[in-house]
Amino acid sequence: MWKFFHQLASPPHFYRLAAVFSPWLAAPGIALIAYGAYAGLFLAPMDYQQKDAFRIIYVHVPAAYLSLMAYMILAVSGGIGLIWRIKLAHAVAAAAAPLGAAFTFLALMTGSIWGRPMWGTWWEWGDPRMTSELILLFLYFGYMALRSAIDDTAKADKASAVLALVGVVNVVIVHFSVEWWSSLHQGQTVFKKGTMDADMRIPLFAMLIGFTLLFGSLLLRRVRTEVLFRERRTRWVREMIVSPEGN
Amino acid sequence: MNETTAFQPGILSGLWATARRDLLLAWKRPGDVLNPLFFFAMVCTLFPLAVGPSAEQLEFSGPGVLWVAALLATLLSLNSLFLGDFEDGSLDQLLVSPQPLPVLALGKTLAHWLTSGLPLVFVSPLLAITYRMPWSVVPVMMLTLTLGTISLSLLGSIGAALTVGLHRGTALLSLLILPLAMPVLLLGANTVSLAAGNDIYSTGVWALGAYAVASLSLAPYATAAALRISNE
Repeated sequence: MWKFFHQLASPPHFYRLAAVFSPWLAAPGIALIAYGAYAGLFLAPMDYQQKDAFRIIYVHVPAAYLSLMAYMILAVSGGIGLIWRIKLAHAVAAAAAPLGAAFTFLALMTGSIWGRPMWGTWWEWGDPRMTSELILLFLYFGYMALRSAIDDTAKADKASAVLALVGVVNVVIVHFSVEWWSSLHQGQTVFKKGTMDADMRIPLFAMLIGFTLLFGSLLLRRVRTEVLFRERRTRWVREMIVSPEGN
Repeated sequence: MNETTAFQPGILSGLWATARRDLLLAWKRPGDVLNPLFFFAMVCTLFPLAVGPSAEQLEFSGPGVLWVAALLATLLSLNSLFLGDFEDGSLDQLLVSPQPLPVLALGKTLAHWLTSGLPLVFVSPLLAITYRMPWSVVPVMMLTLTLGTISLSLLGSIGAALTVGLHRGTALLSLLILPLAMPVLLLGANTVSLAAGNDIYSTGVWALGAYAVASLSLAPYATAAALRISNE
């Protein structure tokens, strides 16, 4: 068990393992997304209140969920990297940040497109989730800016890990303060959610799992690239390039 | 051996020594303290010029404008928190000193708050009057600004420690700190607005106090860790 983890933390081992796992996550992920998209867009019944506009949740909810999960990955792997000095954990954090920012942007964009017919506006400051998601996007920008501003990789890793840990505490505070703030300014703009019909719910679950698997696969691919770049001066990379048949 | 341990200074003496040194430096160079204050006043002047001088609009936007201006003014002074010490090497002295680094960082942050946050609190009534803020609201605003600027100085010290010695440090510092500071701004400005509207505002004050206490107990450790990383 422990041996497995120790091997996992070694860059060449992880590099090979990630190559094996990445397609195995991508294939069921894409299949689930294809099913979820078809079932969500064509088979699921229309919402009695929102008509067809509700169908954007099949992209919006998974994107919003992954935007938060990616930030958790940033903070947790940053913390692991700081405490146990595992270089691979920092590579994971570095690879996860742009993905997380992309999903945050996707969540904001789909939310805004949904808001246009529902609320009559592209942007509603009064909605707490929209505002917190925007602040989350800024947190990602700050994180990536700090990383790119420090030339020394080891230093950038540690500094950004501290920032991610501070940020993850803040995400909770942002959530509650924004909720309090919007409760001051107007009533609930969000539609009251009743129980969802199974025909609507099952495609959503498929999309959630599919997006997560695809995210995992993309993350593994990005970590591979990151590891390769970071280890570019090591022997195993040179040997692999000279005799590539093993990979 | 025993004698040296007997003369070992306590934790508080390190805190006071760093704070006193920074206060003394600020005293010798009053421009560093005054510039953010002028900036604060000027930002507060920009808004009426931009959105118009109508009384109700000023009354309505006053708390928010004052708070945004205070946040920006704090940000402006944060860049220099560790920069001088970094350039002349005294930061290395802090790092190798036997005193715990979080306490020294807290001392520097305390001095920063005394020279940037506290003056803002005292200047703010002057600007609040120009925004037609009722007298009964002014103490609430000063209280929220006091609690809020403590949090901002502490949060900012983390950012300043992370970016010390980097090129393009100022812009980067704003990018790091502004999203972290948003809850403080939101709580502070809206608490003042509530007070101005004769609503119950105690929730906001308690929340700001909680934020200040939490950052007081946690931020120095993050700042110390960041200082060590930046100076490897």
